[in-house]
Amino acid sequence: MSNINTAPTQEEGVEVKNTTCYMCACRCGIRVTLRDGEIRYIQGNPDHPLNKGVICAKGSSGIMKQYSPARLTQPLKRRPGAERGTADFEVISWDEAFDVMETRLRHLRATDPKKFALFTGRDQMQALTGLFAKNFGTPNYAAHGGFCSVNMAAGMIYTIGGSFWEFGGPDLERAKLFLMFGTAEDHHSNPLKIELAHFKRNGGRFISINPIRTGYSAIADEWVPIKPGTDGAMILAMIHEIIKTGLYDRDFLTQYSNAAQLVNQDADSDEFGMLVRGLELDEGKIHPRDELWWDRRTGKAVQTHTPDTDPFLLGDFTLEDGTPVKPGFQLLVERVKDCTPEWAADITGVPAGTIRRLAHEMGITARDEKIELPIAWTDAWGNEHESVTGNPVSFHAMRGLAAHSNGFQSIRSLSILMSILGTIDRPGGFRHKAPFPRPIPPCPKTPNNAQDIKPNTPLAGMPLGWPADPNDLFVDDDGEAVRLDKAFSWEYPLSVHGMMHNAITNAWRGDPYHIDTLMIFMANMAWNSTMNTVDVRKMLNDKDENGEYKIPYLIVCDAFQSEMVAFADLVLPDTTYLERHDVMSMLDRPISEFDGPVDSVRIPVLPPTGECKPFQEVLIELGSRLGFPAFTHADGTRKFRDYPDFITNFETEPGSGIGFLAGWRGKDGEKAMRGEPNPKQWEMYEKNNCVFHYTLPKSYQYMRNWNQGYLEWSQHHRLTRYTDPIIIHLYSEVLQKFRLAAQGKYGGKQPPDRLRKRIETYFDPLPFYYEPLEGQLSDKHKYPLNAVTQRPMAMYHSWDSQNAWLRQIHAHNYLYMSPKVGAAGGFDDGDWVWVESMHGRVRCMCRFSEAVEPGTVWTWNAIGKAKGAWNLTPDANESEKGFLLNHLIAEELPAHEHGANLSNSDPITGQAAWYDVQVRVYKADPSEKQQSSPQFDTLQPVPGQPERKSWLAYFAGKRK
Amino acid sequence: MTQLALVIDLNVCVGCHACVTNCKQWNTSGSAGPLVDERPYGKDPTGTFFNRVQTFEVGEFPHTETVHFPKSCLHCEDPPCVPVCPTGASYKRKEDGIVLVDYDKCIGCKYCTWACPYGAREIDEKQQVMKKCTLCVDRIYDETLPEAERKPACVLACPTSARLFGDVHDPESEVSAAIREQGGYPLMPEWGTQPSNHYLPRRKTKMKIHKDELVRTDNPLKKEGHLPKVDENENFLEDTASW
Repeated sequence: MSNINTAPTQEEGVEVKNTTCYMCACRCGIRVTLRDGEIRYIQGNPDHPLNKGVICAKGSSGIMKQYSPARLTQPLKRRPGAERGTADFEVISWDEAFDVMETRLRHLRATDPKKFALFTGRDQMQALTGLFAKNFGTPNYAAHGGFCSVNMAAGMIYTIGGSFWEFGGPDLERAKLFLMFGTAEDHHSNPLKIELAHFKRNGGRFISINPIRTGYSAIADEWVPIKPGTDGAMILAMIHEIIKTGLYDRDFLTQYSNAAQLVNQDADSDEFGMLVRGLELDEGKIHPRDELWWDRRTGKAVQTHTPDTDPFLLGDFTLEDGTPVKPGFQLLVERVKDCTPEWAADITGVPAGTIRRLAHEMGITARDEKIELPIAWTDAWGNEHESVTGNPVSFHAMRGLAAHSNGFQSIRSLSILMSILGTIDRPGGFRHKAPFPRPIPPCPKTPNNAQDIKPNTPLAGMPLGWPADPNDLFVDDDGEAVRLDKAFSWEYPLSVHGMMHNAITNAWRGDPYHIDTLMIFMANMAWNSTMNTVDVRKMLNDKDENGEYKIPYLIVCDAFQSEMVAFADLVLPDTTYLERHDVMSMLDRPISEFDGPVDSVRIPVLPPTGECKPFQEVLIELGSRLGFPAFTHADGTRKFRDYPDFITNFETEPGSGIGFLAGWRGKDGEKAMRGEPNPKQWEMYEKNNCVFHYTLPKSYQYMRNWNQGYLEWSQHHRLTRYTDPIIIHLYSEVLQKFRLAAQGKYGGKQPPDRLRKRIETYFDPLPFYYEPLEGQLSDKHKYPLNAVTQRPMAMYHSWDSQNAWLRQIHAHNYLYMSPKVGAAGGFDDGDWVWVESMHGRVRCMCRFSEAVEPGTVWTWNAIGKAKGAWNLTPDANESEKGFLLNHLIAEELPAHEHGANLSNSDPITGQAAWYDVQVRVYKADPSEKQQSSPQFDTLQPVPGQPERKSWLAYFAGKRK
Repeated sequence: MTQLALVIDLNVCVGCHACVTNCKQWNTSGSAGPLVDERPYGKDPTGTFFNRVQTFEVGEFPHTETVHFPKSCLHCEDPPCVPVCPTGASYKRKEDGIVLVDYDKCIGCKYCTWACPYGAREIDEKQQVMKKCTLCVDRIYDETLPEAERKPACVLACPTSARLFGDVHDPESEVSAAIREQGGYPLMPEWGTQPSNHYLPRRKTKMKIHKDELVRTDNPLKKEGHLPKVDENENFLEDTASW
């Protein structure tokens, strides 16, 4: 470095290209500098609305993903006679791979399409994979949402029509008080970091409610340690206190929620618990969808939003026909009456005084720090407003609340807390991102009977949808599941993201039926993405009495040699994100901003490695070969040359003008949102930083649930079908319909008798707290501790264990716990311990921490690896010392009153209950091996993997 | 005299490690590179990083602070690594105060490592030369880069903009203002090294609630005829008065 060049001239061989990151699901804009064709530098694109030039640890380590020796580079098939799980493969051509798949899938599609199941991981191309499944005609499709955070999506969308996740978030630019519940580090990672810093610098107050103080919680102004799975109780107590002290936003609730709407209270009626409708008005006109208020001035029932009326939120009333009714808010008040801070303190471990004080802080901030923006807008009832106002209290939560079997109701409680504070789609509160808000529930529906699955025919509905009532369930004539994973059945009626975590167990058991081919994309279902990992690996390898695999054929597409790859019969090598075209579409997980829709693209900055092929191309090719209507003309010829051509020319229906990308549509790229295909669309994205950002007029940026202008704009651009206002469901009539069905009071589909009690209990139209199901079924004297995982910001699930730089940050994990746990168990910091649940045990190293609630132990998610997987050496820390908690967590609950093989999931949404597990910890015997347990046979590298070097001195291109 | 330095705001650092790996990728292919990784896919992987984040806890539950602490060469005003260097490889630049190592002169004797009280030096086991943070000297003067990007890679990457960069000798600079106004402090000043890099401490925002803020004439409960009532079981004057 003697000749440091402090003013280099433009180097030769240097190219700069924009694309979109994919080191996690955040999808930041990146600028990639290449030197002599090798990656010199990956930086955040300063002109990208999402990350504004910044980038995270993962994104900065893309070089080591691209050049990882874990890369798969050739299509492979299991060597004849080799056992699954041994990773004994031979190289085949793509032609052979396609021929094998085409033959097998053509037969399945022509005979029994549901025997083909497609499950995908955190892929962000669910619009395409879902389209493929629908065209195949199989209902057995889902992405990873069911085992990730579906409770968050469902709990909020069924309440406010939008959600945290990519669908909305806290407006930290305007907020004054911010509360974060549980671990939420990976959902909207860089934007949230950017905003948190601005928020704190602007003097905002940040409160973290989390059993563990890591990540963002570290910089909280106040940390409130809470017992896992009890957040719902705390939130209900906050609601109790806010209502008791009158700190709720009455006007907001009246106008924009169903708080004042009257609910039938005639316990003998089949209409019990339903909103009262169908008032015959003076004009003699029937409005069957009209709900009622009880007007304070006239003392009579009136149609909601009648001019010059003001309804009671509290009280009980009797309609002229004698029907007793109460406003929804009155029912909420009755529900939280006993949910005092003292009650919650016993459950949560948080002092009552703290809960009460936090409730007061929220209420007073919301009431006294009002924001008024000089933005005129018109509401859905035609009232003109001169300004937009906001109550600057914001919230965020993701998996910490979601991954419990009581998560749906906890998240409904949170949505209601946010609503009573008057913070929905207002400045300083929660704000939606297009295409949200959606109707409650959103319109897409699955088929609702078994006959809708027909050979050689696309599925009559979406594989995933949003049930609005029991008749939307996807069940057969006996009321039993049609889908392999039993999603949308009476067992988990609102499992809107599917239940991938039960797919393998169900297929293995043949319950509800056996399948033939399971295709897995980018999901490590033989390792960290599955519950009950040890047994699931056995199921993948299990044979019937004829010596045939119980799951006959496994196709795995991945870019890396994951643990799942070892079990495949056919391996399809995917490209990295730097080698392919891709779209971040509004048909999929959006990346929109508060101020309007955003979508973006990936454009290859490097050619594919070896024989790697993007999974998108695999789907287009297969869909074309199999003659899917979406991919072929009536004469059977293919519509699309390849994936980029598909993206350019696909329309949801001919002439709809809606495609995967909203930018630069129309023949010359002059149209936005809708328009005919533009042959130069990719070039236009490339010229514009690979991102399209449509900024809504200011008057459409707030209050969108009830904003006439926005709703009409949204309909005009086909974002949503209806312009009806999206009223907040403080009281959930949707849930009540399921409860009524369980009570035999709702026409149509009925739950099987074994599930009636379960439905009646959990489908409560008002939020409530219950102990997580596994806790209810555990021996808590034997297993007194909660065990959870946290998300390290420098590692995204198992995606980066092959990454030479990131694994230097997290090569192995510890079990973190209070020193009190060690003192009680007679072991010291750093000792080897066993952590045991009723399902299994794991040996690992412990580490004492004062930053964890003493009843909780925790570790980082997905750091442990199987020996030899990801082309790490067999003595790598990931397998010698690293471990998974997954071995302790079952995919099914122990047999209990509601059934024998029920999923270890939320009974409403099927959300995998990762964080419910109860454990004990004890010292490993000194004579035991100092190695994590369980261990598995060492995997060998597969053919075509790059050489694993013993040291690296990475330098891009030639040294000049 | 100019003294370039980093000011790191611990009040917003979330410990994400963006600065760590962005530094690595910029510098491994830059003038100071390559930055070697040993056993990159094996047991106990380790390598040369100019910047690392340490995380530690302060206090006892429940009054625990988790602190993320990024650390790199502090570019001391009086760097102890320089005088101990037997070959003159370690030097401090007059024009901007950056402390650098001349690889051609370095013999890998590690005296500087022992002299540095901050552990900021990183031996490259393959090249057997000492390496360390250069403040991205190959970026900050590069006029082919847009002006906004003539900053160290760690500063550009940081999602919480916890890293400020500038001349701590210029009282008008952003870094000087931050140190002055936000209680910026150097690391272990007792060593007399006068580190140029500074840290900004944690700051807490609290909310004071006056009891009367809970009572308002516009309390919405009034509209329902259900105002919160005083609990008659509470203590009243009567309970202790003796008129």
